[in-house]
Amino acid sequence: MSLVIKNLVAGVHGKRILHGLSMTVGAGEVHALMGPNGSGKSTLSHALLGRPGYVIESGTATLDGTDLLALPTWQRARAGLFLGMQYPTEVPGVGLVDVLREALGAPEADIAAAMRVEAERIGFDERFLDRALNVDLSGGEKKRNETVQLGVIRPKYAILDELDSGLDVDALRAVSRRVKEATQEFGLGVLAITHYNRLLAELTADVVHVFVKGRIVASGGPELAAELEKTGYEPYATDAGDDDSQAGGLDDLFGSP
Amino acid sequence: MCTPPTHSSFEGIPLQALTLDQFGPFPTEAEEIWRYSHINRFEPGRYGTIEQVRSVIDAPPSVGQSGDSAAVGHVLPDDTDAFTRLARAGITRPIVLDVAAGVSVPEPVRLTHHVEVDAAVAVGRVVIRLAANADLTVIERVHSTDVDALYLPMVELELGEGARLRYVTVQELGPRVWQVAMTASRTARDASLRSMAVSLGGRYARSRIDASMIGPGAYNELLAVYFGEDEQVHDFRTVQRHSAPRTTSQLLFKGAVEDRATSVYSGLIRIEANGKGSMANQANRNLILSPDATAESVPNLEIENNDVRCSHASAVGPIDEDERYYVESRGVSPEAAERLIVLGFFGDLLQRIPDPVLVEQLGDAVQAKFERRSRR
Repeated sequence: MSLVIKNLVAGVHGKRILHGLSMTVGAGEVHALMGPNGSGKSTLSHALLGRPGYVIESGTATLDGTDLLALPTWQRARAGLFLGMQYPTEVPGVGLVDVLREALGAPEADIAAAMRVEAERIGFDERFLDRALNVDLSGGEKKRNETVQLGVIRPKYAILDELDSGLDVDALRAVSRRVKEATQEFGLGVLAITHYNRLLAELTADVVHVFVKGRIVASGGPELAAELEKTGYEPYATDAGDDDSQAGGLDDLFGSP
Repeated sequence: MCTPPTHSSFEGIPLQALTLDQFGPFPTEAEEIWRYSHINRFEPGRYGTIEQVRSVIDAPPSVGQSGDSAAVGHVLPDDTDAFTRLARAGITRPIVLDVAAGVSVPEPVRLTHHVEVDAAVAVGRVVIRLAANADLTVIERVHSTDVDALYLPMVELELGEGARLRYVTVQELGPRVWQVAMTASRTARDASLRSMAVSLGGRYARSRIDASMIGPGAYNELLAVYFGEDEQVHDFRTVQRHSAPRTTSQLLFKGAVEDRATSVYSGLIRIEANGKGSMANQANRNLILSPDATAESVPNLEIENNDVRCSHASAVGPIDEDERYYVESRGVSPEAAERLIVLGFFGDLLQRIPDPVLVEQLGDAVQAKFERRSRR
């Protein structure tokens, strides 16, 4: 039971961003993917969900054995993959309850009740649930709205793209605690993409990956995140390099094309 | 407080032989205000008779009703072209509604028109006059049986100082009916007119809407929803005319086209020399839901005073890719995602109609239109 990514080479708008990425996130595990701006973290999340414009050149991604890359976006989601977006899109006039009803095929009353429970758990004001999707929500409110959806949909694996950005300290604690609980409640596997250690205070990572210029250059336990906090990404920057032919960390064990 | 409504109806006048040519030449697309309109396809010879449209009025007793022909023509001149002259000829008894000064009418007036005679011109004439500080809501609907008809409604709205009118029109004509509609309003000092036009039916349905703000502080909101399918043409021409200081107008027209349908939006913001301190917005958004559907959007500004704030925006395009991706990424199928986004696009405006039952009916009508496209 795991989300398995092997030798993923992918790009967007004709530019190759991921240079052979491999990782395995087991059910109930928390992996943190940490790296500087522009390292390709969001590309990874959208490539796995199949956003239009993102092209997989080679490699595989399976979710509990299901070939994700053969499926359209909505079926990847239905297979159990959730993406908490860095910048959730505003969709005017469309209510969250309607989207979740279509996604889950459950009665509206059940969905609405589950939304209220999840909102309560992270201290998110219920009145925001009636707004059109993400419309007139602040950055932090959007992230909490994504977390409510995670709790209602109960996916198998969640990629959380900078869930911490825009959240104040209390909201960050509530949200990261909710995600941590999901790993125990329904065995959620988490790939948390972040710049900072602060998300991991409550949402303790089993594995930390350092991601620079489209490659994982180091992996380790939670102590790696603490070390990054002190050293920054500079010591890793030279390992990756811009040139595809240059030796570059663990990924090259598998050989990028 | 609920007062018993008054019902009345005007039966159509006896049909009379008609030669349309006597009303002068009909317009052509060579004229700027008829550009893109498909009016060159208009065939006057199809209609042999003329009659007043059958109307049902449901109004609380505090609304005065008359058929006073002296009330017409003050806001909307009726000899500007062949269509208006034709409309004038077919009217025997206009519908004139009056609300006295300071009277606030709690229940909406409902006007329902039925176009039901084949090969005929159906004309309608409505005048709504609010005296100072009166308050009224009017919900006007037009339906038809499946006839080959030409519908010519002319509506005049006159608001006295501080008066407030909410005016909703819903057009659900049959697929062979042509409509050439004219609505003109005049708002006095501090008066507020909030209008919403919903256009779903017709083969060719044109609406010209002229909003004149003639008193300082007058406010005019113009909203519209239109959705064309098959070979429908929806054609809107608007004028926001600011003739007094500190007047405000806000226009938002939202349309969608599918199949081989066409829509036209052409709007003019005109701020006259004494429109100092006025503000005018104009936004037109169009969703193209099929490769053969088209939408034209033509905004225009004419400003004769520098101390004003104006903006206009127009957008024509398919469903936003990012919105679609976001909804699909939650596990919603592409078909359902499109339906949710289209219903949401219109729902945003429809929800402002002060009649929850009507809002729901229109939501269903929009959904049915969208689903017919999925089957074609």
